[in-house]
Amino acid sequence: MANTTDAAAASTEGTMTFRQVARETIRFVLSELKPKGKMLTPFNVITGGIILSGLVMIAIRFAYGLGAVSNLSQNYPWGIWIGFDVVTGVAFAGGAYVLCFVVHILKIKKFEPIIRVTVLNGFLAYVFYAGALLLDLGRPWNVINPIIGNAFGLSSVLFLVAWHFLLYMICEFLEFSPVVAEWLHWPRARRILEGLSTGAVIFGITLSTLHQSGLGALFLLAPTKVHPLWYSGNIPVMFFVSSIFAGLSMVMIESFFTQKAFKDRIGHDLHAAHDSILLGLGKGAVGALFAYIFLKLIDFVHYKQWIYLDTPMGYWYLFEIVGFVLLPTALFLQAIRKRSAKLVQFTAFLTAAGVILNRLNVSVIGFKWYETVRYYPSVMEIWITLAIISMELWVFRWVILRMPVFGEAHEVVEEKTAEDMEVVTWKASVL
Amino acid sequence: MTISRRNFLKVAGAAGGVLLAGGAASAQGAQAPETSAGGVEFNGMLIDTTKCIGCRACEEACNEANKLPKPKVSFSTESVFEETRDTTTGAFTVVNRFPNEKKPDAPIFVRKQCMHCNQPACASACLCRAMEKTKEAAVIYHKDRCMGCRYCMVACPFDIPRFEYNSPTPFVWKCIFCNERQKKGEQPACSEVCPTGATLFGKKRDLLEIAKTRIYTEPDKYVHKIYGEHEVGGTGWLFLMGAPEEKLGLKTNLPTTPYPELTSGFLYGVPLVFVLWPSLLIGLNYLIKDSKVDEKKEGSHGEHD
Repeated sequence: MANTTDAAAASTEGTMTFRQVARETIRFVLSELKPKGKMLTPFNVITGGIILSGLVMIAIRFAYGLGAVSNLSQNYPWGIWIGFDVVTGVAFAGGAYVLCFVVHILKIKKFEPIIRVTVLNGFLAYVFYAGALLLDLGRPWNVINPIIGNAFGLSSVLFLVAWHFLLYMICEFLEFSPVVAEWLHWPRARRILEGLSTGAVIFGITLSTLHQSGLGALFLLAPTKVHPLWYSGNIPVMFFVSSIFAGLSMVMIESFFTQKAFKDRIGHDLHAAHDSILLGLGKGAVGALFAYIFLKLIDFVHYKQWIYLDTPMGYWYLFEIVGFVLLPTALFLQAIRKRSAKLVQFTAFLTAAGVILNRLNVSVIGFKWYETVRYYPSVMEIWITLAIISMELWVFRWVILRMPVFGEAHEVVEEKTAEDMEVVTWKASVL
Repeated sequence: MTISRRNFLKVAGAAGGVLLAGGAASAQGAQAPETSAGGVEFNGMLIDTTKCIGCRACEEACNEANKLPKPKVSFSTESVFEETRDTTTGAFTVVNRFPNEKKPDAPIFVRKQCMHCNQPACASACLCRAMEKTKEAAVIYHKDRCMGCRYCMVACPFDIPRFEYNSPTPFVWKCIFCNERQKKGEQPACSEVCPTGATLFGKKRDLLEIAKTRIYTEPDKYVHKIYGEHEVGGTGWLFLMGAPEEKLGLKTNLPTTPYPELTSGFLYGVPLVFVLWPSLLIGLNYLIKDSKVDEKKEGSHGEHD
């Protein structure tokens, strides 16, 4: 460690050659790749086991085809790898663009302490969940076709979504890159990257608007297959609006676990402002929830959806709307009135569950609800999804423990046991 | 308050590529129902379910013409009719038997295969143009482009594309209207071999006239509707029905909207968002930056006083 700080100091003064900087950087990165703290913690053992066995299943999938691990069929071409990993996971990554708008465009200082961790979360969610899409593609090596341009499917919503995923990942990386530059002790690079970030933020918000709604627009092409209670011409708008409260809820849930797992990495700013930030996020979520309720109401009347209410799918629909849209809205309002950060956090879990329910209802549960033989995910499909979430948590922890994600934590002594830094399986818990 | 030209160009330049993409997408929208964009008249197929005798010669001819794997039971086995079959990766067309309520001793046979929609959902869904509507009528599949996302299967209103789930290098399979034979001036293998004329190949406009004439001359024999004339904006394959469509395993309640139109509204919005969002966001950003600077100035004035 001493070496690298010297190197950093030297490089700031400009006394080292580029070669020396490069050598020191490589040495520094290699030293950082080593795990910190105890290896055999319950979290490590469990998630490590899931990842290793998941990798075996992924190998089976590539050797024998999708049918070897999944329950997909000619009738159900899309399962939970699309319905949960992509359609739901990307909604939860929505916190990044919402907070970028609040902090970088509206310049609201209050949320600055959590912007880095939110962008990190969003970026990792895209890399891992959109990356998991490659597992679902039958011919993943052809994924470059719509990108290199030998076959542009310009009339396809999926084309738009694919391009936006790619560009948005680059944007989010740019938004996060100043943190990486700080970690590498590259002050000059950091300044250049920060200069790019406003452009990246603006472009990123635009891309997010379009691909969050685009994920919903995918299902516009299945008017007879998605259950009428969930099918509507407004799906794109509803997916966009729900990504706002989905993203905000995930930020609140994430803060619940990071407060516990990384309590000594969190700076004074964030500690002091934590409750007030949570209440602010709750207010944002409640606004989006109201918009969502009105959209649902308009659909309900416009598409005459009430005729489906007195059916099993209708009861399921009411369960979703009352229990996971109306109830969270009421609870958020109550929490804001009483200024209860705890209730906000609890409601965030409920809201997130509702988003999962809704996205699965559109993409899996309500999709071809009329078939006699229904799709349900295989154990291996769920297992691989868990493995991907576990991998993401490992990378998340790795970054949190090394890079100055929580502001002031940079100065804090680095050597810690991993025990109190464990990431609780927060994403698994909402599954 | 000015927007710096450089900043604007930065965003606009990056947005431009995708903007073009959005604009071009809209061009593929509406087209006349029975002809392709170039004015070429679509070919079609007329299936008269009252003429089909369930000999499955079409299945066999299809199997040979497309070099598909031979099935376990031969094409002359009648026991296959005991259950309703679906097309598979190795069988592009299947004949199914349905009871005839008017004449119980003469069951109705109905073929199932790709309908070759005038404006196919699969082709508009595919992000790498692996599914393509030719100007003659066929919806063909380009193996080399496909990435196996199966969005075509999600989009197809007739549930036709079939995916090889048990292959590490899978393809999508479906009837391609014997496109190669059509290009050579021949008719598809199934209609060529049909002994009763239940499967009739020709220009779609002519086929519609034949179908309407048959309904007009024998009104008791047919349901007074040509299946495929208006479904999802019109399909290349037309069905004359001896019983209502729900009794013949045909999809009911399909909209008459061509499927590409279901997403075109959304796609038209893309360039709009790409122009509006960055300009509004940049404007908002400058507005707030300015007001924050003003606040600071006022604050420091106060301190000095």
